[in-house]
Amino acid sequence: MDKIKVLVAKPGLDGHDRGAKVVARALRDAGFEVVYTGLRQTPEQIAEAAVQEDVDVVAMSILSGAHPHLFPAVVNLVREKGLKDALIIGGGVIPESDIPALKEAGIAEVFTPGTPTGKVVDFIKAHVKK
Amino acid sequence: MENIAEEVLKGNRLALAKAITAIENEYDNATEIMQKLYPHTGHAYVLGVTGPPGAGKSTLTDKLAKEYRRQGKTVGIIAIDPSSPFSGGAILGDRIRMNSLTLDPGVFIRSMGTRGSLGGLSHKTADAVKVMDAFGMDVIFVETVGVGQSEVDIVKAADTTMVVLIPGMGDDIQAIKAGILEIGDIFTINKADHDGADKLATELNMMLDLDGVIKDWRPPIMKTIANQNIGIKEVVETFGKHHKHIEENGQLTVRRTERTKNEMLDLLDSRIGQYIRSKVVDTGKLDELVAVIKAHETDPYTEANKIVHDLLK
Ligand SMILES: Nc1nc2c(ncn2[C@@H]2O[C@H](COP(=O)(O)OP(=O)(O)OP(=O)(O)O)[C@@H](O)[C@H]2O)c(=O)[nH]1
Ligand SMILES: [Mg+2]
Repeated sequence: MDKIKVLVAKPGLDGHDRGAKVVARALRDAGFEVVYTGLRQTPEQIAEAAVQEDVDVVAMSILSGAHPHLFPAVVNLVREKGLKDALIIGGGVIPESDIPALKEAGIAEVFTPGTPTGKVVDFIKAHVKK
Repeated sequence: MENIAEEVLKGNRLALAKAITAIENEYDNATEIMQKLYPHTGHAYVLGVTGPPGAGKSTLTDKLAKEYRRQGKTVGIIAIDPSSPFSGGAILGDRIRMNSLTLDPGVFIRSMGTRGSLGGLSHKTADAVKVMDAFGMDVIFVETVGVGQSEVDIVKAADTTMVVLIPGMGDDIQAIKAGILEIGDIFTINKADHDGADKLATELNMMLDLDGVIKDWRPPIMKTIANQNIGIKEVVETFGKHHKHIEENGQLTVRRTERTKNEMLDLLDSRIGQYIRSKVVDTGKLDELVAVIKAHETDPYTEANKIVHDLLK
């Protein structure tokens, strides 16, 4: 019995996680198992939690603007620790112009505010390696 | 990943994670992994932590784990949360209370959803405990929400079980009486900063002494304020006392023998069930039988006996 397992994480110093919680609930309602770790996680913490939980997907959200540094840092650490196939996606307040560089760095898709949660669910279902 | 079991024994954390996934998802290699790891188990001490939702089980486990780390012990944590009966999904939120343990190389935390069939979960939890044991963890916590018999079964994987309660549960204490009181080796009243901790302690004391039987271990009642780290050392000491007690009076051996016996029986049940299903369902024989049974030419009891007799002789 396989389940898609997702780590929902908030790297950096954002003050609230309402959006991340909405996404977490939507993923649960889609039948996924969602490990939620709360606010203010370092890239090291996120990558290590992803390993311990052996997740299929790492979903991050950032509002503060720190994504150009933090998203790639998580990708590198997750890969270094050996989770080669994990799908890594990002969301939050991210200017269109930053997206190509993030994808280049290994973020599979970037979801900007207002994206219906169903789109995130569909993207995961279509791209997860299970 | 190749050689998962060998890598677990070498201390590879990714392998530990992959081994637990194999167990959880019943991958083909799960049995082989367990066969290779089993000889290396039996060293860890297993602590069950159960109690109502939101009682502070994860916060307590976090603080207790840190106390064991101060004593130089390595710690594994298996945190189980209920899956949604509607979607089958789950929010596994226990780690949120344990984030500061994530980067400690002497700690490994794994969350699991109940996935509907609690029956299956208890043996998966037991196997996950064994993998952490073989990996070399000294102390392994199993956290589950304690509301029913099924959770009680999961906690049977533990050598010592702590039931966590909180003040202000009112008449709920009656509701938890069944099942929960019997499994607690230690009762901890957490959130002792809230009103009613003393009242709850009095009620609990009364209930525990109700049967009038003098036991050689009377479950002690502890008080903690987990989020302020108050009462934690005392709980760890009490775990130690209980461990020593059941080691000296032979109960630990009795419990572990009983557990091995039950695991063996469960495994047999499941293997025999799988074998019979493969012979009956996959061959289409079941559909044939159902047709004649429905026509009342025979009955399910006779046919089931025949199948078992023919297949297992
Ligand atoms: N006032 C007070 N709050 C506490 C105490 N211990 C934990 N909490 C808080 O209680 C809430 C629930 O704590 P958890 O540790 O998540 O409880 P839990 O029993 O693991 O919850 P579930 O796993 O969801 O059943 C959190 O907000 C904690 O900070 C305490 O001793 N006093
Ligand atoms: Mg919890």
